Amino acid sequence: MKFLESKAFRQLKRNKLAIAGTIFIIALFIVAAFAPLIAPYSPFKTDFFKTLEGPSAEHWLGTDDLGRDVFSRLLYGARISITIGFISVAIGLIVGVPVGAISGYYGGKIDIFVQRLVDIMMAFPGMLLAIIIVAVMGVGLVNAMIAVGIVSIPTYIRLVRGSVLSIKNKEFVQAAKAIGVRESVIIFKHILPHCLAPIIVQSSLQIGVAILWAAGLGFLGLGAQAPTPEWGAMLSQGRGYIRTAHHVTTYPGIAIMLSVLGFNLLGDGLRDALDPKMSN
Amino acid sequence: MSAYIFRRMLLLIPVLLGVAIIVFGMVRLLPGDPAVAMAGVHATPDYIEQVRGELGLDEPIPVQFGVFMSRLARGDLGKSTRTNNPAIQDIWPRFKNTFYLTSVALILASLIGIAAGVISAVKPYSLVDQFVMVFSLFGVAAPVFWLGLILMLIFSVNLGWFPSSGMGSARHFILPSVTLAANSTALIARMTRSSMLEVLKNDYITTARSKGLKENIIILKHGLRNALIPIITVLGLRFGMLLGGAVLTETVFSWPGVGRLMVDSILARDYPVVQGSVLLLALMFVLINLLVDVLYAFLDPQIHYN
Repeated sequence: MKFLESKAFRQLKRNKLAIAGTIFIIALFIVAAFAPLIAPYSPFKTDFFKTLEGPSAEHWLGTDDLGRDVFSRLLYGARISITIGFISVAIGLIVGVPVGAISGYYGGKIDIFVQRLVDIMMAFPGMLLAIIIVAVMGVGLVNAMIAVGIVSIPTYIRLVRGSVLSIKNKEFVQAAKAIGVRESVIIFKHILPHCLAPIIVQSSLQIGVAILWAAGLGFLGLGAQAPTPEWGAMLSQGRGYIRTAHHVTTYPGIAIMLSVLGFNLLGDGLRDALDPKMSN
Repeated sequence: MSAYIFRRMLLLIPVLLGVAIIVFGMVRLLPGDPAVAMAGVHATPDYIEQVRGELGLDEPIPVQFGVFMSRLARGDLGKSTRTNNPAIQDIWPRFKNTFYLTSVALILASLIGIAAGVISAVKPYSLVDQFVMVFSLFGVAAPVFWLGLILMLIFSVNLGWFPSSGMGSARHFILPSVTLAANSTALIARMTRSSMLEVLKNDYITTARSKGLKENIIILKHGLRNALIPIITVLGLRFGMLLGGAVLTETVFSWPGVGRLMVDSILARDYPVVQGSVLLLALMFVLINLLVDVLYAFLDPQIHYN
């Protein structure tokens, strides 16, 4: 494990906020993995004699309008949020990194074409673009995930293109070219590993953004649909009862906030440790 | 300078064309018949045929695009399938409401964010600074719709200070604009703090101090003025985020804006209205970004654009 002995890792360990973020994330993973073991009730089990009850010993975070246990639903919701975060970041990475690398490495017409496409995608505020994509593909959790992923693509393209541009004229790249290494090998084996730091930082922050946006789509009714225990959709369901039973909305919101905070803190810490130039 | 602005405007053409293509393509990418999508699910067969003719859906795609663009140039976005009004008539008043809300939120976020950032930077690691930084961490992570509901619960339901929904008086603006501004305030505060810290390290600040200038003047005139340049860029970017956040805020506070109209129209499959809303929002975003770029060129004497 080279990373564990590196200077960057030592610096990360000294960053208290980053450690706090990592602890949040680990907790989120544990909760998601063991949800069926931890959850006292099924997330779908309704109880019409116990609707909208406040927190009690029986139901730690109370029950929702259908008498379902809010705590159990939150635990299962962690699975959904983690999936959303990782799948949509994976979409951004899989498309954005190679396209950005090719655009930066070859330059010329390809680059101009790609950059105009990026300009067009960036002509839409991110949330709006996600909504448009969902409007075309149809409402639902999977489509919301894909939409959030697509929206992150231009950010990765810009980021990787910039890094590749700064590296492609370095001596080791020229040397590889001179001895006749294939261009695909140069891009993916020689150049891209040097762009990893900003990609990792961006991905950590992007997971937070993805969770937030997918929850937003869920809240608007464009993402996860009932009875899926997705946090945004849960919040939206609880909205109508905010005057009488605010716990149905309060807790999913706190869950979203802590998860996003965790990934943001880790991302900021990684940025300070890996890429001092990027830090603000 | 004017050459730069001109060039920057030329670059807008492919972007706007791209936006138009996306809006045009949206309806055609939908599963099923675009004529049905445009006419609405409950339309009569006659009306569907009429829409098919109007849109030229039997023609090849480039011709359809030509028809779309020429109608667009006349402000004709088609008819809402829900109200049967010309879509633009339904969208425009709602668009203005969104514009008011986002503008108030942006002003609020800039004023509070910059002030908080400056205070933080002047006394780094003080109690005030730590408070601002903790607030900004949570401000960035808190979902805007949740924050809105919490503010509504506290200030509207419990304290009864502000109305919880709708739009009418100045008091109606307070909760939605604070909700919408929170996230941007946090980011602007962080940005201002780091930018100010950077600037205050410079030699000319030391010189100004040794000249015996008043600290306030040093901070505001020598410090903030130079720190503002990166902040302006962030403000422009924030505007787009605010437009996105406005959709959520409008939903929470039943604010009659274009964001909520768009989501309702998506759920009701009222595509002419969806298209029009998307077009207007993207257009506004692009123009604001242009404005920011131009402002940036004005403010930063170090950058030459020729």
